[in-house]
Amino acid sequence: MTKDEVENGRDDMLIDGPEQANAVPDGFNANYLRIYYGKLFPHADIFKWMSYGNDGKHPACDKSYIGRREFSFTLENDIYIRFQSFNSASELENSIKEKCPFKIDIGPVYSVDPAKRHAYAQSGDNVFTPVERELVFDIDITDYDDVRYCCTGADVCLECWPLMTIAIKVIDTALRDDFGFNHILWVYSGRRGVHCWVCDGKARRLTNEQRAAIADYFRVYQGNENSNKKISLPGHVLHPFLARSYTEVLKGFFEAKLLSNQNLLSSEERYEKILEMIPDGSVAAELRGRWQEKKRSSMLKNDINVVRWEQLKHALQSGKQKAQGLRRCVEEIVFSFTYPRLDMEVSKHMNHLLKAPFCVHPKTGRVCVPIDPNNCDEFDPTKVPTLSQLLEELNRGGLRQDAEDEWDRTSLGESVTFFRSSFLHPLLKSCKEEIESSYNTKLQQAKNTLSW
Amino acid sequence: MQVVRCHRISSSNDVVVSTLPLYRSAPPLEVRLEDFELFAVDRLRVLKGISDGLSRGKKPEEIAKLAMDLWKANMRYPQATEDVNKDNISHFVLRLVYCRTEELRKWFLSMETALFRYRFHSESSEAQRALMSEFNLPYKAVSNAEFESVKDKLVQVARSMGQTLLPADAIFYKVPFEEVSELVAGRRVFIHKGHAYVAMNQVVSIVVTQFRSHLSKALILTNRKWTSTIREQEKDRLTPIVEALCTSYLGPDYSQPKEFAEISIKDIDQIAKTSFPLCMRHLFEKVREDHHLKHGGRMQLGLFLKGVGLKVDDALAFWKAEFAQKVVGAERFDKEYAYNIRHNYGREGKRTDYTPYSCQKVILSTPGVGDHHGCPYRHFSEENLRAALARMGVGSRIVEDVIDKARNRHYQLACTLTFEAVHGSSCDAGINHPNQYFIESQKILQSKNGSMAQ
Repeated sequence: MTKDEVENGRDDMLIDGPEQANAVPDGFNANYLRIYYGKLFPHADIFKWMSYGNDGKHPACDKSYIGRREFSFTLENDIYIRFQSFNSASELENSIKEKCPFKIDIGPVYSVDPAKRHAYAQSGDNVFTPVERELVFDIDITDYDDVRYCCTGADVCLECWPLMTIAIKVIDTALRDDFGFNHILWVYSGRRGVHCWVCDGKARRLTNEQRAAIADYFRVYQGNENSNKKISLPGHVLHPFLARSYTEVLKGFFEAKLLSNQNLLSSEERYEKILEMIPDGSVAAELRGRWQEKKRSSMLKNDINVVRWEQLKHALQSGKQKAQGLRRCVEEIVFSFTYPRLDMEVSKHMNHLLKAPFCVHPKTGRVCVPIDPNNCDEFDPTKVPTLSQLLEELNRGGLRQDAEDEWDRTSLGESVTFFRSSFLHPLLKSCKEEIESSYNTKLQQAKNTLSW
Repeated sequence: MQVVRCHRISSSNDVVVSTLPLYRSAPPLEVRLEDFELFAVDRLRVLKGISDGLSRGKKPEEIAKLAMDLWKANMRYPQATEDVNKDNISHFVLRLVYCRTEELRKWFLSMETALFRYRFHSESSEAQRALMSEFNLPYKAVSNAEFESVKDKLVQVARSMGQTLLPADAIFYKVPFEEVSELVAGRRVFIHKGHAYVAMNQVVSIVVTQFRSHLSKALILTNRKWTSTIREQEKDRLTPIVEALCTSYLGPDYSQPKEFAEISIKDIDQIAKTSFPLCMRHLFEKVREDHHLKHGGRMQLGLFLKGVGLKVDDALAFWKAEFAQKVVGAERFDKEYAYNIRHNYGREGKRTDYTPYSCQKVILSTPGVGDHHGCPYRHFSEENLRAALARMGVGSRIVEDVIDKARNRHYQLACTLTFEAVHGSSCDAGINHPNQYFIESQKILQSKNGSMAQ
């Protein structure tokens, strides 16, 4: 189909009624995107979120807050515009509609309006500097290429996606229970991973050093392409965070799903990779011997991966090995294959940009929708609405009077509703309380100084 | 100016004696000009020693011992009061010296903080508690009831570090996790709902965080005072001393290629074989092989090449030629990678001319999946290191020595040994910087060429 035809298709669809509505061809282009930004993208919600309550009427609201936030756009021809800022929801909306960016990134809140940074640059001192930024995490399935056999690179399927699901479970639980954060947004990155935004006031004000500390708390992966053992868990027992992740998430997932899904022990090439991780050569040799011989006499009713895993565990955890610290090796293998692999640099620095939720991924046409961490098992990346699907659904509904809640008629509605009810509204409520209470403390202090 | 509080005096009526000052304000003392400089130089010896120890990858216990030895050797007087004076004076002189640029402040801040940490550590626990109260920290010890409720977890954390929780350690402080970043980073505390449970033997982390943040703010203020008044007022007296003090003690700056300036692309393969340290040689070979490197590798190698003398245009051509062969088309290269390369050369963004990574930075990096940067002596497995050394032509006996050094975490000594083996001549200074390795190597090769020509 030529480009002209695609565009004609679009025209038809706009003009004609619901009968021909199914005629929206797959794909991603500026015309589709323009309609998406015009009718579906939740501009106002994004603006509300980024204002963190400072767009209210309360005297303690910081009116300059939203205007110091960096937005950056990637336009159709990979033209990259950084350091944009917006003072109102309509400014943001108009700019997005006019420029029709293929990607919208969100940066930090700076000390001064980023669009006017040059004006401040002259004064010498480092006035233009990031002061607030959500604590963010980026997990990408491409970083799991050495432990998944179903896909490589940017591809992802239902066999390997669960690796992302358990990453969400492990990190989300720790962010809430350990670090005490409440306002956490998980977003599908549109193709091959997930993003996480931690938006509590305390999280936004963390220094780079504190961010790095949290990232390191989550890091168990060590060594690069040139060291064999990638995970090392020293000590007599695991730290409570690792122990909980292991017993509540990783172990069950590894044994019940990953082993068979990825056939981790079925062929020689694959089980060798696991045997390499056993520090005691004789134990590894014994297992290797058994697995090479018993190839034929496979027990038909049991999955060979599971059988071999039980044998390996038995060999490593049997009485005499226990003392030699080989027991830990079972945990190390499970961690190597399942523990979340974070892109550390993204989390460590305030000034890293991250794609905004509800953008559309240009390669897949899928919308970056929020993921509910409490039901992340149900999330299916192959069922995430695509741009063309949404436009089709819009057409099917015909024209309506109220342009307000068009997404209600599409499969995006569910996502927007979820974004509001489980993330945005609780967040704004606590922002209001924070603003209120900081105002009261200030009043109190002022009173105290007066009476003195 | 206020009299600095000397703990000896403030606690005159009881037993707690600490000579560790918090340097809240400058001492109102008269200082002779010679002492001004001498004291500062003595303190610098201590700080520089710590800095060297850190960059050689020494273990914390080793550094602690080193720091205390250096302190005794350089800062002690027969009279304890003079000790305190010298301590205070030298600290405040160095604040002036090291407040003047971001880079200097960063170095001074981390070395002074390290010194404070080890000195605090060597104090008695009463003295430690007294110092803690000096900071006016709002934290209370965890109550018995609360302790019992989280005891299992605390025991678990202690055991995960190979320690056992003794009844004597049962004093725990509950502090916001942000205040003890280093304990969080190392998973050395139990964290629950935003609070870290810090054991008595870990309070040094709380105190050090406080110390560091006070000093960091103070340095900014000192810098303002320096630029606004002191520099001008003291231009005939202190300013020359202050300006001379820091240059004599900071390592050389490798951001501008010096002796062997300018190499061109056609020589680069040859030079990589003869004069690159293993960390860079590995990256270089990888980029030739895979036609790609992840960000950390591009930074480490890219800045090194800049220091070696590769011009920005040549650097662009080099990376483009490699990357364009594989994943990345020439067009995508221009858009996504060229910016970063030009950025490193100070042609984009902040226009800072970035300096090549030192050994310390390379050793402390944390390469992940698919990464090739870092220090091979630290980050390679033994097998891989052995193979890599063999490829460099290091004899098998020496290889074992190198491996042994690496195993004992003397990464830079391992690299120095390799250098000596490859070049067949000694390197007394030791290797502290990949670009230093390169320069030393070139010196030797050129003198060899020179003597052959004669």
